[in-house]
Amino acid sequence: MSTPAIRLKDVSIRFPIRKGVLRRVVGEVRAVDSISFDINEGETVGLVGESGSGKSTTGRGLLGLSHLSGGTVECFGQDLAALKRDRGALPRISQLVFQDPYASLNPRMTIGETLGEVLHVHRLVPPAEIGARVAKLLDDVGLRRETAERHPHALSGGQRQRVAIARALAIEPKFIVLDEVVSALDVSIQGQIVNLLQDLQRQRNLTYLFITHDLSIVRHVSHSIVVLYGGQIMEMGPRDSLFAQPLHPYTSALLSAVPVPDPRIERARARLEVRSEPPDPSAPLPGCRFQRSCAFAISRCQIERPVLRPIGSHDSRHVAACHRMDEPLVREALSRASHGALS
Amino acid sequence: MTMHSNAAPSPAAPILEVSHLGVAYGNDARKVQVVHDVSLAVSPGEALGIVGESGCGKSQTMLAVLRLLPRGGRVSGGAVRFDGRDVLALSARDVRGIRGHGLALISQDALTALNPAMTIGTQMAEPLIHYDGVSGAQARKRCAELLDLVGIPGATSRLGSYPHELSGGMRQRALIAMAISANPKVLIADEPTTALDVTTQAQILQLIDRLRRDLGMALILITHDLGVVAGVTDRVAVMYAGRVVETATTEDLFASPRHPYTKALLDSTARIEGQVSDRLSPIPGLPPDPRSPVSGCAFHPRCSYVRDVCHQDLPQLVDGIAGGEHPVRCFVDPFVTAPARRAGEAAR
Amino acid sequence: MLSFILNRALQIIPVIIGVTIATFLLAQIIPGDPADVLLGSTASEETRQELRTALGLSEPVYIQYGIYLKNLLQGDLGQSFTFAEPVTQVLVSRLFNTSLLAIAAIILASIVGVAAGTWAALKPGSIRDQGLSVVVLFFNSMPSFWLGLVLILIFGLHLRLLPVGGMDDATGSLAGLAAHMVLPTFTLAAWSLAVIARMTRSAILDVINSDYIRTARSRGVSEARIVLRHALPNAMPTVITVIGMQMGFLLSGAVLTETVFSWPGIGLAMYQAISTRDIPLIQGGILVLAIAFVLINFVVDILYAYFNPKIKLA
Ligand SMILES: Nc1ncnc2c1ncn2[C@@H]1O[C@H](COP(=O)(O)OP(=O)(O)OP(=O)(O)O)[C@@H](O)[C@H]1O
Ligand SMILES: Nc1ncnc2c1ncn2[C@@H]1O[C@H](COP(=O)(O)OP(=O)(O)OP(=O)(O)O)[C@@H](O)[C@H]1O
Ligand code: SF4
Ligand SMILES: [Mg+2]
Ligand SMILES: [Mg+2]
Repeated sequence: MSTPAIRLKDVSIRFPIRKGVLRRVVGEVRAVDSISFDINEGETVGLVGESGSGKSTTGRGLLGLSHLSGGTVECFGQDLAALKRDRGALPRISQLVFQDPYASLNPRMTIGETLGEVLHVHRLVPPAEIGARVAKLLDDVGLRRETAERHPHALSGGQRQRVAIARALAIEPKFIVLDEVVSALDVSIQGQIVNLLQDLQRQRNLTYLFITHDLSIVRHVSHSIVVLYGGQIMEMGPRDSLFAQPLHPYTSALLSAVPVPDPRIERARARLEVRSEPPDPSAPLPGCRFQRSCAFAISRCQIERPVLRPIGSHDSRHVAACHRMDEPLVREALSRASHGALS
Repeated sequence: MTMHSNAAPSPAAPILEVSHLGVAYGNDARKVQVVHDVSLAVSPGEALGIVGESGCGKSQTMLAVLRLLPRGGRVSGGAVRFDGRDVLALSARDVRGIRGHGLALISQDALTALNPAMTIGTQMAEPLIHYDGVSGAQARKRCAELLDLVGIPGATSRLGSYPHELSGGMRQRALIAMAISANPKVLIADEPTTALDVTTQAQILQLIDRLRRDLGMALILITHDLGVVAGVTDRVAVMYAGRVVETATTEDLFASPRHPYTKALLDSTARIEGQVSDRLSPIPGLPPDPRSPVSGCAFHPRCSYVRDVCHQDLPQLVDGIAGGEHPVRCFVDPFVTAPARRAGEAAR
Repeated sequence: MLSFILNRALQIIPVIIGVTIATFLLAQIIPGDPADVLLGSTASEETRQELRTALGLSEPVYIQYGIYLKNLLQGDLGQSFTFAEPVTQVLVSRLFNTSLLAIAAIILASIVGVAAGTWAALKPGSIRDQGLSVVVLFFNSMPSFWLGLVLILIFGLHLRLLPVGGMDDATGSLAGLAAHMVLPTFTLAAWSLAVIARMTRSAILDVINSDYIRTARSRGVSEARIVLRHALPNAMPTVITVIGMQMGFLLSGAVLTETVFSWPGIGLAMYQAISTRDIPLIQGGILVLAIAFVLINFVVDILYAYFNPKIKLA
């Protein structure tokens, strides 16, 4: 059992909404609303949820790139706020890789120059050894050494993603936020990148936050999973427990919506509908965030915000926030919906 | 073995039949062939899936069918028959008559497929008013009904919205409503759910499936997600590097994929069900670029069943050893033959 | 939309203050003593000193600016000695003449330019399209004063069809004004017309490859409707920006055109003011032109937002 490398406590991130001639603040978007979870060293936490649920904002908050409106983040035993004050300390611990590496790679620089610059700026190796180090990095991410001479536009999407990973690795961070890193890639290529990331994790004991909306990939890579909806955690727990027995109607709806490449399963499945549009993060409702979309919502859900808790004899690390999750009928409906996929 | 000129014959006569279609860009000196010898057919009420990786020519094939290839692109061979008419020989005017009414398209990206400077209502009603002679008031009524049909709440008020005022899922629904507004006989949906959340994707797919059944349309569903075709289609054509490499009924394709590419694609997909594997099994390497075509079978550099013959000769689309309506473009049958090298060992 | 307009209007204020500071400093920077200019170098030192005090020139700079601003707000821009009239009076009548010319030119350039560009974009690569690019190249590679001179030679002196200078004939009739306007308007518009035509064409062709054009085509919409109802409105923001830039450009073009055609506008007045070092008039002219420039940009911004529904919300 490893120790938590990253620990979020009641983290909130809000963005002001400005309006009018004077750009007055007329409200705020609660992108992330009081969330807490841990990531163990050398493990991967999968962060899932629909578009706008606050996944990227959480990731950016962990890296000190978004201002925390509340709560604390602890990085390998140190406080994030303190690390931020010490210039350059944070990037050496944690790095970000995101969906479209093309946007973050300078189109005029060769791959070698891009990687060399990172090594140079952080003074990681003496100038004379930069070339050798770049070659080693390219090896590590499974690219040919000649790639150093090429420009980003001459690479495929998968190769660019490898370069982005190499650039993050150059600093030898302990923690990497991977934001939708395989979402834009073809299925046949996704596996190449996922395998690479898992190999690197095993070799270097890296800690990952893996952000994606693809539940199949998240199931494959994560040790545990956090499900976000409207900026709040609906459910979290160890991978096997969560996929085998989702507790929250939203998790169940997500699982039942994933198309399965098997016509026999696909045609027999019962789907759990998500009814309405996603919640408005600038005008959160009292009670449960998911109430408008939930097939099981009752009047209590509109009044009282459910807290994260385990149920009964279940694994105590597996928690969800739903008033009705212990009701036998609800549990049965949920497991029917999600088990269509799992059987 | 029998040579196949068309895809597997369907019970009813096909409403749309594509035979040996080729699409090329550039002049003869620097020709880039992006679609080669593609044959497909759909019958009324039938759903055909087209699956393949990005860049394999799915969209180009359908744009050629609709005579909507961008400048520089042209049909380099083959024929398209719709409802007994030779689409490629029609005058520009007659093609316009077929578009919308006969063949309707839901384009790949709902974000950009709606005119940002026009309200939803105006763009929906445009062909109804200007080409079908429907009155403005009637067209509005019909559009509101259509938006309602595709599950957009408050349909009448939504007619006055601009596309950027709708969410991604709503835009996709509006696009579907536009496509079915003239009661098309064939609905071509090009990756209708790729940009959407899973829950919205499931709703949109259900919607398309329901509309097809209710309105009796034929459906061509283009996607790179094997899961998506599994639930919605009757038959599937798998494309690789501009060619159809396998077609079969959806059941057959998933139960016994015969082309190494189809098999590799299925094996590489991460699963939400079953055992979690230790590693994924991606297909090594990259699909070829049509500007530098691969000799022989285009899949040979990535194939784990590759033989010497694959390097030089182009396999034809023929019925497999097992027979039946399951044509495959491959020299070997992965069900009968063991791989020549382990998956993942192919040249990078 | 209203808040957008207000917002932009508020942003104008600091710009205009900046402009007044610049024109004020202009007079400080220009070498030479105003007293010299006004009194000639023969006046006695005493008279000079009196005049300096009267003009407030002995005060510190910021007080002088304050006086300048106060006068400005009262519409007093000083006295032009070339015209022996208050600068305001010179500029007001001349501003009207310049506006007449500039507005006629921008209308001509916009209508003909957008129409020609659209017409060419309907059939890219066709004879008409190539014809347009030749005309565009011709107009854009010809200095406007040269074009003006050539037009004067052909239509005025050779064919004797149109008057070659001034603004009115003896009768002061509207027809006379119109006749006098033809050549300067065309001369002033030619360059902008070519630019607008070229940019309209390319903006439409950019837009024509968009997905939503394909959507419209896939629903059987005709090519003419595609260009006019789908492509042109979406190309409008680009076209408006170009027209706006041309409006600023026309203001400066007017100076040259007015001198060639002796058109009694601000340009001609400035030309004369500069040659006689009539500093108050130069100051006033620059101020008016700069403010006109700022206001034009304001209008262009609003039009741009109007044609772009995404900005309307902001
Ligand atoms: N800089 C910002 N200013 C204002 N609102 C913001 C900002 N960044 C994010 N938001 C809002 O915060 C919410 C969460 O956004 P976030 O990007 O974290 O979602 P996400 O889960 O990553 O979604 P996606 O899957 O689309 O990437 C959204 O409602 C978004 O509009
Ligand atoms: N205008 C064009 N000029 C030249 N080549 C083109 C053009 N448009 C597409 N292609 C090429 O045609 C090939 C097939 O493209 P197509 O859009 O049909 O792929 P697709 O299968 O639909 O992929 P995706 O899943 O990414 O939509 C690609 O290799 C692409 O590079
Ligand atoms: S023909 Fe050869 S290379 Fe192509 S798929 Fe079949 S075995 Fe593989
Ligand atoms: Mg995100
Ligand atoms: Mg496509």
